[in-house]
Amino acid sequence: MTDHACLVVRAGALTTVQDLGRPGHAHLGVPLSGALDAPAHRLANRLVGNPEPTATLETTLTGCAVRMRRATTVAVTGAPCPVTVDGRPAPWGAPVHVPAGAVLDAGPAARGLRSYLAFGGGVATEPVLGSRATDLLSGLGGDALTDGAVLPLGAAPPAPAWADAVPHPGPPTELLLPYRPGPRDDWFTAHGHRTLATGRFRVSAASNRIGLRTEGPPLERAKDGELPSEGMPLGALQVPPDGLPVLFLHDHPTTGGYPVIGVVPARHLAAAAQAVPGTPIRFLPLRGA
Amino acid sequence: MRALPVGAHGLLLELDTADEVGALHAELLRRATAGTLPPVTEIVPAARTVFLDSLDDPRGFAADLETWDLPQLTAADRPGVEIPVVYDGPDLADVAALWGTTPDEVVRRHAATTFHVAFCGFAPGFGYLTGLPEEWHVPRRATPRTRVPVGAVALAGPYTGVYPRSSPGGWQLIGRTDAVLWDPRRENAALLTPGTRVHFVPRDRARDTETVR
Repeated sequence: MTDHACLVVRAGALTTVQDLGRPGHAHLGVPLSGALDAPAHRLANRLVGNPEPTATLETTLTGCAVRMRRATTVAVTGAPCPVTVDGRPAPWGAPVHVPAGAVLDAGPAARGLRSYLAFGGGVATEPVLGSRATDLLSGLGGDALTDGAVLPLGAAPPAPAWADAVPHPGPPTELLLPYRPGPRDDWFTAHGHRTLATGRFRVSAASNRIGLRTEGPPLERAKDGELPSEGMPLGALQVPPDGLPVLFLHDHPTTGGYPVIGVVPARHLAAAAQAVPGTPIRFLPLRGA
Repeated sequence: MRALPVGAHGLLLELDTADEVGALHAELLRRATAGTLPPVTEIVPAARTVFLDSLDDPRGFAADLETWDLPQLTAADRPGVEIPVVYDGPDLADVAALWGTTPDEVVRRHAATTFHVAFCGFAPGFGYLTGLPEEWHVPRRATPRTRVPVGAVALAGPYTGVYPRSSPGGWQLIGRTDAVLWDPRRENAALLTPGTRVHFVPRDRARDTETVR
């Protein structure tokens, strides 16, 4: 193994390798996968001078810590969190020089859920179908990190893109989810549509990388039963028999039989990725093209 | 054909029969290969639909679709694979009872059927194969198994499937194969892709053991 690597000292609650996923394989049953907060992933890479598709680490709530085998530039973005190098405070949202043998610790999220750690050269695990993303639905790209794991890193880029400050939208106190009705909006009554557009929903603690689950008033159906399985897009608001919409995130199944009442545009999914359980949700129907 | 909007750039094309889905899917692939299909990120056939993602102009594309001529597919249009099966699944007797016949006759009928991969889902490389007539459709098991072994050949509803890896599952298990359904290091990761023609070829247990040795 290359000596450019890092050792996982503290894996945290759920830390996975992520990049921009595996588009183009949905017809084989392969989910898109990839970083849930894609803008934060891209930003972390830019800060250390990597191309945006380079693999990063995505943490969940409790962060993670890694010991660098060689001196490496690291940046932490996404959910704001305390960053330390061998216990000394270091900036969040900026490139940080980590000497050989030192431990970079991204602490628990102060707000939001998921932080991203980019390393100069990127995480260089074995790609599967062109991507290093850990897909927790299908198991492609390996498992979540465990303490003691060694992650190979790629060759460092010539120079990080030094930046004084980076614009960053804070994690939401209220999650706004605009959606375009369809393809199965006709499976719901007018009352069901009003419930979605005006009801008080919250992010459920049962949410994960597959979907953001909701708590709130159930949506009234106009038709019972299930559809024959059909293709499911990223951002689908799928409504299972309990009537509570599930927002499909990057590890979502490629086909499904519950009706999709609407689709949330991908640019709004980064906010969903950072919404902690209990966050109020407002769904906003979009009309027109 | 109905074209339903999926977000701002997706289309769900809904058809009346699985055969029409197969014909439309084949034509979409033909045009994609010929470079005459507008760019899309995904073409996902399913039971009665084909989902297209990331079209620049979904409305214009839906209008253009109206002018397409979709030729009926013939068997020769489709790539074919043969899957060797040892028909000794734990649910073979139950399936025979549901079909009102003997286990040997289930094997004979299943192996004599020409299947097509209607679509994939559930797990990478898991194909939903159609071809069994309606009177031989069977329900899922009342209690799903917590672990179905890799290579299990199974029936549920109108479909036959082969488990590409060990997983929980509620399908009726009639046999097993050592064919590798999914290997992401292969050029074609999935053995069964939508549209593929499939025959199951019976292997008896003794001969199977010999080949393994």
